Amino acid sequence: MRDPFGLPWLLAAPTDFRSRLKAIRSAEPFDAAALRLLVQTALDATQLEQASRLVTAHGDDLTGAGLRPLRLAIVATHTAKGIAYALPAAGLRHGLLIGTDLADYGQTAQQLLDPGSTIAQGRPDAVLLALDPQALGLARPCLDRAEAEATVTRALDYVAALREGGRAHVGAAVIVQTLVPPLESLFGNFDGQLAGTVRWLIDTFNTRLRAAVVGSGDLLLDTAFIAATVGLAQWHDARLWHDAKLPFALDAVPLYVDRLCTLLAAFRGLARKCLVLDLDNTLWGGIIGDDGIDGILLGQGSGTGEAHLAVQAFALDLRARGVVLAVCSKNEDAAARLPFTGHSEMLLREEHIAAFLANWTDKAQNLRAIAATLNIGTDALVFLDDNPAERAQVRRELPEVAVPEVGSNPADFVRILGQAGYFEAVSFGDEDRGRAAMYSANAERAAVLGKVSNLDDYHRSLEMVCTIAPFDEAGRARIAQLANKSNQFNLTTRRYTEADIAALAADPTRFTMQVRLADRFGDNGMISVVVFACGAEEWRCETWLMSCRVLGRRVEEAVLAHVATAARAAGATRLAGEYIPSAKNAMVREHFGKLGFTKVAEREDGDTEWTLDLTRYVAPTLPMILD
Amino acid sequence: MNREEITGIVTEIMCDVFDLDALDYSDDLSADVIEEWDSLSHIRFIVAVEKRFGFRFSSAEIEGFSRVGDLVDSIAAHTA
Repeated sequence: MRDPFGLPWLLAAPTDFRSRLKAIRSAEPFDAAALRLLVQTALDATQLEQASRLVTAHGDDLTGAGLRPLRLAIVATHTAKGIAYALPAAGLRHGLLIGTDLADYGQTAQQLLDPGSTIAQGRPDAVLLALDPQALGLARPCLDRAEAEATVTRALDYVAALREGGRAHVGAAVIVQTLVPPLESLFGNFDGQLAGTVRWLIDTFNTRLRAAVVGSGDLLLDTAFIAATVGLAQWHDARLWHDAKLPFALDAVPLYVDRLCTLLAAFRGLARKCLVLDLDNTLWGGIIGDDGIDGILLGQGSGTGEAHLAVQAFALDLRARGVVLAVCSKNEDAAARLPFTGHSEMLLREEHIAAFLANWTDKAQNLRAIAATLNIGTDALVFLDDNPAERAQVRRELPEVAVPEVGSNPADFVRILGQAGYFEAVSFGDEDRGRAAMYSANAERAAVLGKVSNLDDYHRSLEMVCTIAPFDEAGRARIAQLANKSNQFNLTTRRYTEADIAALAADPTRFTMQVRLADRFGDNGMISVVVFACGAEEWRCETWLMSCRVLGRRVEEAVLAHVATAARAAGATRLAGEYIPSAKNAMVREHFGKLGFTKVAEREDGDTEWTLDLTRYVAPTLPMILD
Repeated sequence: MNREEITGIVTEIMCDVFDLDALDYSDDLSADVIEEWDSLSHIRFIVAVEKRFGFRFSSAEIEGFSRVGDLVDSIAAHTA
C-alpha cells in the first residue's frame, strides 16, 4: 500500500503516461473519456500539470460532457503556481472543470478587500485563502500568555476580515485552512503546554478557526490534518520554502490538490451518496456458499475476522451520517442473506441495506439496478470489492463509479476507503442523520405500491403531510445542498451558495419555498426548493427543483397551488416559467405543460418559456395534508 | 557512474519534466533554450534528479547551476 502522498485508493499512474497523454493530445475528435480515465490514476505533480494543460485547452468539450464548471481564485502568501497548475486535472477526477485565477504574490488583503481587484472582477465561485504562519505572525514564539492570546486573536481577526471581504466584495465562499505545525520544537514535549510556543500558537489558532467557520457558509480545508496523515517530516521542505517560498514538499502537491478538489466537489454537491458492498471476502472472510455460516471468518478470534468486522463497523458509521448502504454480490440470494440473520457477530443487518442484490448477473449491471432502485445516478456510487477482476469490470463498464483500489488484505479496506474522501460533506444536519433510513423506507413504499391497485389508493395509503415554508436560517444549509445536488428534476439548474440563499431569503422581490414531505413510513425531509421573482403582473419561476425520491407524489401540484395563492393575493395575474435543458434534466422538459402552463416560446437550444393564467387556474384536490 | 550515463538519465528526466518528445543533450542547455523551463519546472527538475540519484543538493549548489552541464558535474561529484 502506498503512503497518502501516493493517493493509494487510486490505481497507480500508468508507466506509459506520456505516450497516453500524447495520444489524447493528437486525437480527433477530442477523447474526453480517455482523459478522464487517465486522471483517475495517482498522477504526480508534473503529470497533473501536463494533464491540466489538456483539461484547460478542452474546457468546452468537457463542459459538454457534463462537468461542473468552477472558478477558483487563489490568494496566497506563498508561491501557489504549482497548486494552480495541478488543479484542473485533479478537478476533472472529481467531476469539476476548474479554472483558476492566481492573485499576485503578497496581494492578499488588497485582492479581497477591494471590489475593483482583479480577483473580484473575475467573479470566482470560491476563493482559496492560503496563508502561512509567517504572514499571520505565528511563526515565532512569544512566551507571554497575554501576548500569545492577543497574537492568535489578531491572526483570527485578520482572517475574519478577509473572509468578510470575500463575501462582501468578491461574492464568493472563502476556503480557509488550518496551519501545519512545525516539525521542530523549542522545548520539546513542553511546547504543547506553554502558551506562546509556535506549536501552541498554531494549535490554538486552528481550534478557534475550526469553530469560527462552522455554519458560516465558508469552507475549511484542514491542511494540518492532511499533513498529519503523511507526517510533518514528509510534509515540510525547508529548502523549498527558503529557495522558492513553496509551502510544502513537491510530493505533497497531488494529495493537497486532491483534498481541495474533494472539498470543492462537496461544495458543488458532487459527493457520493451510496456505498455498495461486496459480501464474500469483503464483509466477511471466506465464501458463504462454500464455507457455510459456521465457516466464514468474522469477528473475535481471528485477525482476518476482526478486519472484516471493522469494515462493517465503518459502513455502519457511514450510514449513521447519511451514506446509503447497498449490497452487490455474486451469490444465491438466500445464502447471501444467511449471515445477516444467522451470524451472531454480524454488525450489519438487512434493515441497514437499502438495496440488496445477490445474483449471478455481472456487477456493472447490478450497480445500474441499485442506482435505479435508489433513484440516484451511478456517479453517486462507491463500490467496495476485494476482487480485482470485479473492480476492473466495473471500472471499464461504469467509469463514473468510484472503485477504491483496496488491494486484497482486509486490514487495509477501512484505511483506504476512509482516506479517499468519497463522502466528503461541508455540513451535517438532521436530513443527513435520517437519510439512510429514508432510503430504506422508500424500498418499503415501493413494496406497498406493488399491493395497491391504483395510484390514488397508493397516495392515500401513504398519509402524506406536505409542509411549505419560505427560506429560513435553519433550512439554509440543506437548501444550498439541494440546489447544488439536484440535476434531474431541476428546471433551470441554477446553483446557489449558502450566502446566495441567505440573500434570497432577505429579498422582498423573491417568493421562496422550501418543501418537506412526511408520510407514514417516515420523514422525507426537505425535498423541494422553489424560487419565484415577484413582478406586479407576473411572477416568474427562477428555480424549481425536487428530489427524485418523491417523484410521482403530486408534490409539484401542491407547490403550484401554494405559489398561485400567494401570487393572486399579491395581485399578480399570471405565472411564468422557463425550462433550460441540461445534460441531465430531460425528465422535466414537460414539467410546466403537465401543470397546465401554456408554451409561449421555444428557442433553438431547446429552452422553452411557459405561462399560466391565474384568473383561470383552479387548485386540484391533493392526496395529502398541506401544512 | 560515468558522465555519459548521467547525461542519459538527466535527458530522460528533462523530457518528462519539460514534456519534450526528444532532446539532444548538450552541456549548454538552460532555461534560456527550453521554453517549458520556468522557475516552477526548475524546482521539479531538481527534485526529480535528487530522487533518481538519491541525494539532495544544497541551496548554494542549486544557485550555482546556470546550465545543465553544471548540474551534471555536481551529480558526478555527489555520486563519485
